[in-house]
Amino acid sequence: MSPQPFDSLKGFAVTFRQMFKKPITQQYPEYKRPVYPRFRGRHRLWRHENGLEKCVGCSLCAAACPADCIRVVAAENTPGNRVSPGERYARIYEINLSRCIFCGYCELACPFDAITLEAEFEISEYSRDDLIYTKDMLLAEPVKRMPVADRDLYDTPTPVWKAES
Amino acid sequence: MAVAETKRAIYEGTRIPSPIPSVLQVDPGLREEGDILEVNFGPNHPSTHGVLRLIVELNGEKVVGLQAVVGYLHTGFEKNMEAKTYWKAITYPERIDYVSFQNNELVFVLAIEKLLGIEPPPKAQWMRMLLCELNRIHSHLVWLGTAALELGAISMFWYCFRERDAILDLFELVGGVRMHTRYFQAGGLAEDIPQGFYDECRAFADTMEKRVDDYEALLSGQAIWLERTKGVGLLSAEDAIALGQSGPVLRASGVDWDLRKVQPYLVYDQVDFEVPVYPNGDVYDRYKVHMDEMRQSTRIVQQALHGMPEGPWIVDDRKIVLPPRHELHTSMESLIHHFKLVTEGYRVPEGEVYVTVESPRGELGCYLVSDGGPKPWRVKFRAPSFVALEATATCMSDALVADLIAIVGSLDTVMGEVDR
Repeated sequence: MSPQPFDSLKGFAVTFRQMFKKPITQQYPEYKRPVYPRFRGRHRLWRHENGLEKCVGCSLCAAACPADCIRVVAAENTPGNRVSPGERYARIYEINLSRCIFCGYCELACPFDAITLEAEFEISEYSRDDLIYTKDMLLAEPVKRMPVADRDLYDTPTPVWKAES
Repeated sequence: MAVAETKRAIYEGTRIPSPIPSVLQVDPGLREEGDILEVNFGPNHPSTHGVLRLIVELNGEKVVGLQAVVGYLHTGFEKNMEAKTYWKAITYPERIDYVSFQNNELVFVLAIEKLLGIEPPPKAQWMRMLLCELNRIHSHLVWLGTAALELGAISMFWYCFRERDAILDLFELVGGVRMHTRYFQAGGLAEDIPQGFYDECRAFADTMEKRVDDYEALLSGQAIWLERTKGVGLLSAEDAIALGQSGPVLRASGVDWDLRKVQPYLVYDQVDFEVPVYPNGDVYDRYKVHMDEMRQSTRIVQQALHGMPEGPWIVDDRKIVLPPRHELHTSMESLIHHFKLVTEGYRVPEGEVYVTVESPRGELGCYLVSDGGPKPWRVKFRAPSFVALEATATCMSDALVADLIAIVGSLDTVMGEVDR
């Protein structure tokens, strides 16, 4: 029960040593630590190189979502209005990011690599309605660019969800 | 259960009348004197470890009555899981105990695997053990940081969260997100282990041992810390067993009981570690158990890094595991399996299992009933936090209000797990 003076000094020594160490604080808004390549942030929908959308509106992502935050309404492609290479395309594609739990099951489920979870994590808004991302928002090139760590070192050669075909 | 007889305990025997109470009743004689003050402690108090509400009855500074009110964080996880396929339900248990997420995920996945009768490959087993031990260190760091903070040692919080962040970085590296990774899947791991993980994890494990010594130097011998923790919140071995305690609370009461040793799961029988046991059952011993467990977990992490076998990380069973991506565009059969697994899920044979793991808080059990369909018929978790909370009243005899903070903190309850 009786503390030794030596023990107190040991505690002070730990505190004292901290003065000679570099601070680990990261100046966050100015400096952003590169996220690891597997990081699952905001979703992104992709297009083929010829401009057509990869998504064919199969709703498999909506079926896989444990939080039920994806809504897909498909419509038929017509010769006059061709949006995706398949028979159908997603007329409405909405993700409610206030419900999303970022589990990444949608990108695992998508058989066409149309949806992926990218590095962006600064997605707070002032209104909950603004967190419902529509198809245009998801297809657009993200405004913010997040640094990503070396993919060769911190990911397997072919990521499970992104193997090209 | 062998009671360690290294040192004599402060008190032996039991002070629990039968039937076992989980509330502390005020002595009727005291109440008649009219000197009892009823105080609400929580639910929104920074020292209550979450949204725990305690109705405390005080006689002066002394706690004479105590009643816990739980349920503020009830979200119905277990019921929700009944409406999801097994694959989707894996994301739920992690959120029950958000501090030891990896262990919660493990117990559910182990339950599914036991019903399915599949054995994950060795690499998955070792990686699961490694991540669970990292998660144990993470959980103990959060406990140490917050419990010491509540007793006034603010700097502990900064030190602990420095290391916690390093662990969360490792989870982000390997699992994609910092906390709820859903990295364990039925049959193995969701993805292979990236090369960079080994170096980063080894660098962390090398520093961690020294860091635990630093924490001990800051707390163990300090007069204020000893005054606040020694001989406070006593729980004897008999009482702890009678109350169904497990984990650090039980081991601090002198009972050598660790599911990793007595009932090894994963590959815990292939690694060398010790189970810290302390005899007194006070807050200080619970603190010492947590510190020693962090050291032992670091040892397991180092051994797991050393002994990690090569090979596949998930079983090759197309009825359970999603087919490889590159096959989706070449093999019609794979595409059909992919659609079936995502929309309908795999069917688990009829039966019921109870699987336990040693989570950072004690025996974490998952009782899973399957009716043969793709969704669990019933899921029930045996939450160690809930059991630990039941010991509050027994720990509280002759305690002051200030000790209440130390005792509730030392029991290491996570309210998400209590309320589920």
